[in-house]
Formats: sequence, structure tokens, C-alpha cells
Amino acid sequence: MNDKKELPVALAAGLGIGVIAAVLVLLGNPANMGFCIACFVRDIAGSVGLHRAAPVQYIRPEIIGLVLGSLMLALVRKEWSPKGGSAPMTRFVLGFFVMIGCLMFLGCPFRMILRLAGGDGNALFGLAGFVAGILCGVFFLNKGYTLRRTYRLPTAEGTVLPAIMVALLVLLALAPSFIYFSQEGPGSKHAPLLISLAAGLIVGAIAQRTRLCMVGGIRDFVLFRETRLLLAFVAIFAAALVCNAAFGNFHPGFAGQPIAHTDGLWNALGMMLAGFGCVLLGGCPLRQLVLSGEGNADSAVTVVGLLVGAAFAHNFGLASSADGPTAAGKAAVILGLVVVTVIACLNTFKKEN
Amino acid sequence: MKQLDARGLSCPEPVIMIRQAMQSGDAAYEMTVDNHAAKENVTRYAEHQGYTVTVRQEGGDYTLTMQK
Repeated sequence: MNDKKELPVALAAGLGIGVIAAVLVLLGNPANMGFCIACFVRDIAGSVGLHRAAPVQYIRPEIIGLVLGSLMLALVRKEWSPKGGSAPMTRFVLGFFVMIGCLMFLGCPFRMILRLAGGDGNALFGLAGFVAGILCGVFFLNKGYTLRRTYRLPTAEGTVLPAIMVALLVLLALAPSFIYFSQEGPGSKHAPLLISLAAGLIVGAIAQRTRLCMVGGIRDFVLFRETRLLLAFVAIFAAALVCNAAFGNFHPGFAGQPIAHTDGLWNALGMMLAGFGCVLLGGCPLRQLVLSGEGNADSAVTVVGLLVGAAFAHNFGLASSADGPTAAGKAAVILGLVVVTVIACLNTFKKEN
Repeated sequence: MKQLDARGLSCPEPVIMIRQAMQSGDAAYEMTVDNHAAKENVTRYAEHQGYTVTVRQEGGDYTLTMQK
């Protein structure tokens, strides 16, 4: 694809995703949460009993759709390739702490954009922290940070996470008694199953095609002055903003924003941890799901790290609520920033020859 | 021609690798990558630097030849 075609495709993709996100809210998803990879993975963790926070338990079909949509388009485009072996345990830990950062802020980078488009000013602090975290990651990339090479793996390895997603879809459809579904709170708010699934499939396919990544946009602009992904990011914001305004879902301000708190410092530090960790992982949580669909087992391990991080966040009271961050959550974010920095240093300055 | 092996590396690492290599100012480079994202991103970067890029596919690998 040449440059002249790439930009309109990225912009159209961003606009389409922004509209889909706003429509999902209209059809039942929580406010400013058409998509939130962190929140939705957290809901899935609760639904399968990995945590017992009753308001956030639902098998979100959007997550299933994102992985399977990416898988299907990758197969069609002959880009499906089972591979892995690039520091899987390090990626697990990074995924874990990215989730801790996201749940401090109450949203992944994708939801940060949607929160901004809904008028949530607290997300500006998140964005500032996110950019700072990305700059930390870029510093290490420029110094030679690498998690080293991936290798081709057997086909079965690349199909494990998509197979788990199919299993989750079956559990969602059958709703057996051992699966938890929120009766109130964000987990009880969702668009109809098939619509959520279709939205996930479409956005997964779009993200596979365009390699959309919330971290990649800012990272590539800083590194190479490359604006394609960044403009897709802006397009999502613009489309969601216009739709929210049209649907009466744009409420500018700081206090009382849906599923958000007003602690600016910890909103920023949470997203700083997420941004830093995501640069070291090579992509945001959305991108990890899409890469998992393409057969990348390292990204699949990262997704499991996100899932376990979400379970810990709710089992140990690390996740924020509308009342603000918790003391344990603050400690976990600081620990996360230390661990992520150590991982960055170990994989930048101590290289075997 | 300077040869670079970026197989198994995911973006942005291949692009950082070619950017560092291009600081030597050679007229031609050859880089092997093994995924579409790296192929597209390295091609885009090299073209922005004024290089003409030709791509040769061998199995799952792509060899990019960049010349000024």
C-alpha cells in the first residue's frame, strides 16, 4: 500500500471505529465505554470467577470479536502466522502492570480517547501521563531496548487464544450457572450480544488491516515524525465526539463523569504506567488482541497478563472507583513503574553478544 | 551493500535499525524482515529518506532492497 492510499484508509478506519464506539454506548454499553480493552478484559476475568467484584462481571463479546475479526482478516490476507518466543514471561509481567495502570485511570488508551470525546476532562490528565510514559519507552527504544526475536511456532500455538475466545463465546451464549454476570453496575450494561460481537469483529478486522495502535500513534510520531496512526487516533476522537454530541452524550467537565475519578495526579500516573509498559510491549492492549488473532503467542501471553492483572486489581483493591484511587492501588502503580523501568533497563543495557 | 537482518523483530525495532544504519549515508541497503508490518513500515521510512525500495519475497521472509 502506498502512502497516498494509506492515510485515507487510516482516517476512514478511525472515523468508523469512533462511530461504532458511540453507537455501542447508545445500544447499552456503559457511558464513554463503547470500547475499553482494560475494562472488558476485567469484566471477563470477573465473569469466569477470577475476581468477585459483582458490578464488573460479563463476558464481553467485543473482546472475542476483536481477536476473531483479526484472525479472519489475517487468514484472508495471508498474514496469519503463528510465532512467539520473544520474552514471554517479561511480556506477561508488562501486561499485568499495564492493566494495573489502566485500572488506576479506569480505562485503556482506547477508552481514554472515548472519555475525552464524551467531555471527561479527567482524561486530559490521563493523556498527559500517557504521553510521558510513551516518551520514557521511546527513550529506551532509542538506546537499543529489545525483547529480542520471535520465532515461527507450530500452528496449534497460534490458535490457542482464538480457541479460548470461541470457548468464551460458547459460555456467554449458554450462560451456565458457574459464570458470573453482573446484575447491576457497569458489567450489567451492555449492547445486545450479536451487535457487540459484530462490532468487535469489524473493529478487529479494521485494526488488523490498518495496524491501529493507540501507543503506536504517539510513539511513531516521536520516533519518525510518522503521523498515520496518530491521525487515525484523532479520527476516532472526532467521530466519537460528533456522535456523542448528536446523541446527547457529550457532557464536558471533571466532576461526576461516568466511571471516572477526579484525582489528576493518579489519573496521570496510571496512564504513564500504561503508556510506558505498552511501548515496551510494542503496542497497546487493543493491538495485543489483534496480534493474538494474527497468531502471535507472545501477544496472547500479554493478554493473559492483562487478565491476571485485572483479577489481582479487584481481589486486592487496587482498582480505582468513582470515589478515587485506593492506597493499595497507588502502591501498586508505583511498584509497576519501578518494575517496568527495571525491565526496560535489563533489556536495553545488559545485552548478551 | 549493507545487509541487515530484522527477522523476528517487531515494529518499531526494524525501523529504528534501518534509521541507525542509514546514518552512515550509504547509497544502498538490504534488510530482511518476516512480517508485513515491518515490510510496510521500513518501506515507508526508506521512501521518506529518498530511497527507492524493491521487495523480494522468499517464503515467509521479505528482502527489501533500498537504493538512492
